[in-house]
Amino acid sequence: MSYLSRDQLMAKLRKEIKEISVHELAEQMESDKDLTVVDIRGLDEWDQGNIKGSIHIPRGFLELNIETHARDRDKPVAVLCAGGVRSLLGARDLETMGYTNVFSVAGGFNGWKNAGFNFVVPRVMTNEQRQRYSRHTIMPEVGEEGQLKLLDSKVLIIGAGGLGSPTAIYLAAAGVGTIGIVDFDVVDTSNLQRQIIHKMEDVDKPKVESAARSIAQLNPDVKVIGHRTQITSQNAFDIIGQYDLVINGSDNFPTRYLVNDACVILGKPLVDASIFRFEGQVTVYDTANDGPCYRCLYPDPPPPGEVPSCAEGGVFGVLPGIIGSLEAVEAIKLLLGEGTTLAGRLLAYDALEAEFRELKVAKDKNCPVCGEHPTVTELIDYHQFCGVPSAEPVGINGAVKEAALA
Amino acid sequence: MTTVRIPSPLRRYTNGQSKVESSGTSINAIIDDLEAQYPGVKARLCDDSGQIKRYVNVFVNDEEIRTLQGGDTPVGEKDEVSIIPAMAGGQA
Repeated sequence: MSYLSRDQLMAKLRKEIKEISVHELAEQMESDKDLTVVDIRGLDEWDQGNIKGSIHIPRGFLELNIETHARDRDKPVAVLCAGGVRSLLGARDLETMGYTNVFSVAGGFNGWKNAGFNFVVPRVMTNEQRQRYSRHTIMPEVGEEGQLKLLDSKVLIIGAGGLGSPTAIYLAAAGVGTIGIVDFDVVDTSNLQRQIIHKMEDVDKPKVESAARSIAQLNPDVKVIGHRTQITSQNAFDIIGQYDLVINGSDNFPTRYLVNDACVILGKPLVDASIFRFEGQVTVYDTANDGPCYRCLYPDPPPPGEVPSCAEGGVFGVLPGIIGSLEAVEAIKLLLGEGTTLAGRLLAYDALEAEFRELKVAKDKNCPVCGEHPTVTELIDYHQFCGVPSAEPVGINGAVKEAALA
Repeated sequence: MTTVRIPSPLRRYTNGQSKVESSGTSINAIIDDLEAQYPGVKARLCDDSGQIKRYVNVFVNDEEIRTLQGGDTPVGEKDEVSIIPAMAGGQA
């Protein structure tokens, strides 16, 4: 048995294995469509940057996985590592397997990078993120790709109240990367019975600040944008336009029609829900995909005072937890593009009877916003539309509640 | 008799009941029968001319009656009628 030192082995392989420079690799990648570039570095090295178009098979898996990427033994295979040493060993192993046109890239990825050629840094999750989202990423419906999609997503929640609280918490826990919250109000003691994002210490403080604090304690991956304002016909496009999807948890009709119309016109999916006493409704308006909108279901608003508010009629504290969580489920499905959403279906829940019912929501071809010949193509005066005196400050917190109470 | 589901805001007319029985072979007849049993309820569902208000949705099983024959939509004994009003609550 003959012995070889590390240096003797390398010297031997350099004689036996064909090597190419990084410049030759760049030329061949340009000209030869049959070329397969196999990067055999470790995952951590690959994650820090790699050559676009190369495939990653860590050295330990090279012989086991090469055939799924390079079936034809006679087509060229370039083996790449960090500096051109490990790639000699990898190339030798491929020759042992019968690959006839194998070469090692001298200088490796570092040589490529130092020569000024382009490389890509793949979007990867940190170790902390891999651990945090492991119950998501293990499911094929989400996977690491889906989780990265959620981390890149921007969702706007209208109202940090009963519905907005659980929705925001679950979206934050799920790693939705940007959560915008529109709310002008401050936390009141009577909110704590159901608005679980706020704590006693938050009473009298702005809800957007309190919500941002709770989310920061839960998941540092999430950026919260607080819009401490009333959403109006003037600012709705500017605010909604920044997001991929909107979740409605508002408490008055002018805001519901405003948000609906703005989402239809901007082509943004809207997850919509409302609650009263022990009953809740939830649905999805996705007009960009031919779904109905809020006006298809409710063409006209009720006159002020006809429909009591939660402040007047009360609301069971757990109910928004159920309905708001359903909104979060639908939002995440829409962001991932998985499953069947509630578009075209209204899910009605009666907590006292413990019953869910599903009702069809038909698209109205004569709908003034999303129909075949829309007449509402810009935002209107929603106070007037809902019969609320325009002098009253209609916002997400405001006036219609007062009108209903009157 | 047909079962009619009454939403929370209208339960003060039905002595708090969430489900009531009504006889009638169309939605209009069912609403008239409800009014006879629970005075005041019709005014919440219909306008002065007797048309169902546009912010109230009435479903026969899972189909909204505007997509069927409106107030004339036939109703059988095994059908279930649901009244779903617009609700705004969620935030406050």
